[in-house]
Amino acid sequence: MCLGIPGRIVDRRDDAGLPVGTVDFGGVRREVCLAYVADEASVGDYVVVHVGFAISKVDEEEAHRTFQVLREMSQLDELDWMADLADAAEGVQP
Amino acid sequence: MKYLSEYRDPALARTLVDRILRTSTKRWTLMEVCGGQTHTIVKQGIHEVLADAVEMIHGPGCPVCVTPLEQIDRALHLAARPDVIFTSFGDMLRVPGSECDLFQVKARGGNVRIVYSPLDAVELARRHPDREVVFFAVGFETTAPANAMAVWRARELGVDNFSVLVSHVTVPPAMVAILEDPGNRVQGFLAAGHVCTVMGWEEYDPLAERYAVPIVVTGFEPLDILEGIWMAVVQLEEGRHEVENQYVRSVRREGNRPAQELVSRVFHVVDRGWRGIGTIPASGLGLRPEFAAFDAERKFDLHHIRAEEPAECRAGDVLRGHIKPFECPAFGGACTPESPLGAPMVSTEGACAAYHNFGRFQAAAAGGA
Ligand code: SF4
Repeated sequence: MCLGIPGRIVDRRDDAGLPVGTVDFGGVRREVCLAYVADEASVGDYVVVHVGFAISKVDEEEAHRTFQVLREMSQLDELDWMADLADAAEGVQP
Repeated sequence: MKYLSEYRDPALARTLVDRILRTSTKRWTLMEVCGGQTHTIVKQGIHEVLADAVEMIHGPGCPVCVTPLEQIDRALHLAARPDVIFTSFGDMLRVPGSECDLFQVKARGGNVRIVYSPLDAVELARRHPDREVVFFAVGFETTAPANAMAVWRARELGVDNFSVLVSHVTVPPAMVAILEDPGNRVQGFLAAGHVCTVMGWEEYDPLAERYAVPIVVTGFEPLDILEGIWMAVVQLEEGRHEVENQYVRSVRREGNRPAQELVSRVFHVVDRGWRGIGTIPASGLGLRPEFAAFDAERKFDLHHIRAEEPAECRAGDVLRGHIKPFECPAFGGACTPESPLGAPMVSTEGACAAYHNFGRFQAAAAGGA
């Protein structure tokens, strides 16, 4: 019910005083009310859409940062894992 | 799709799972508040792979599931009126009322229509000035701005054949009710990312402090949920209890101010009944007196419609985390998604339906959950 899906704003217009626009969700396009992100989101930005309303602009920088942290974590774990393997291998050597 | 598929990366998920398993020195009990997260957790089997480190309790965060029987009966009553076009989000249609559901009313000739946005209901009212169009305004804080806008727009455009049947609930009072419960076992929360997108997380600071529980604002994709769980486990291991934000790409500390503003112009805080739980003080939103003309309860004089919840349904215990869905005697027998007894079996976000649909309950039962 609280489903929110990210999509990209492809156009923006005014519907009798209400800011609305078309948002592209990976190929599917829908009309979305932009009133709650009117000051921050423009054409080309990603927004999170819930029941036909954009409720936030996706912060691309933060999104990338989250990934970087996760990737580094994963690489570190891989290094740890290789180190463990190396230790284990050493253990069996005479 | 950008900002979606990346958050389902299995390799990164594995990393997080390993971290959580390695970090926890004991089995912690966490509650995810939002039904959307319950759905993902059970579908992906996250609660199973993490079973040694955390027990996930599925919270009351499905607005469909907690809408009181009484409000459903009122909706059914309205939908059956020949002068009414009753509009609703799709997931409300199969929620059982005392006698039937909205689908059945529709099958018997009631004019029931599913809308994607509440503004579509206002548009419908404009196109049918000879009919009364009623919109079933349910939801958490996430949906309140959309529903508030519909009422606001209707007034602005002078659409006076539009009204709303309101059953809005808010999350923090439910968390307090859970924490205050003498049987509470929850040690940390994943707060609902889209609720916080609208509301921010300032309200949660006093809760984390007062009840000494970590609260991590969390998104909805598998990686979001795993990272949220990981952050909560780290806090618990370190003896901290703070509000942290995992869902940074969407949630700002102060939330969405323009949305909050319109919500507080149209709605005010009221006591609300939660299906299976009962009334929680100051736990919902109702229309402000200035908007009484758009209040379906007043317009159609619905206050006399009252209902008793069926005793067999243990939804209250499930929603409070006292029992798992498969521990309810009716689960899978008298109560299935095809013929649900209680609301948590209806919505795909309801805990009972999630366990039933993904057939995870046997494994979970065997694991002693
Ligand atoms: S299984 Fe059905 S009857 Fe039991 S708690 Fe869930 S919804 Fe209610």
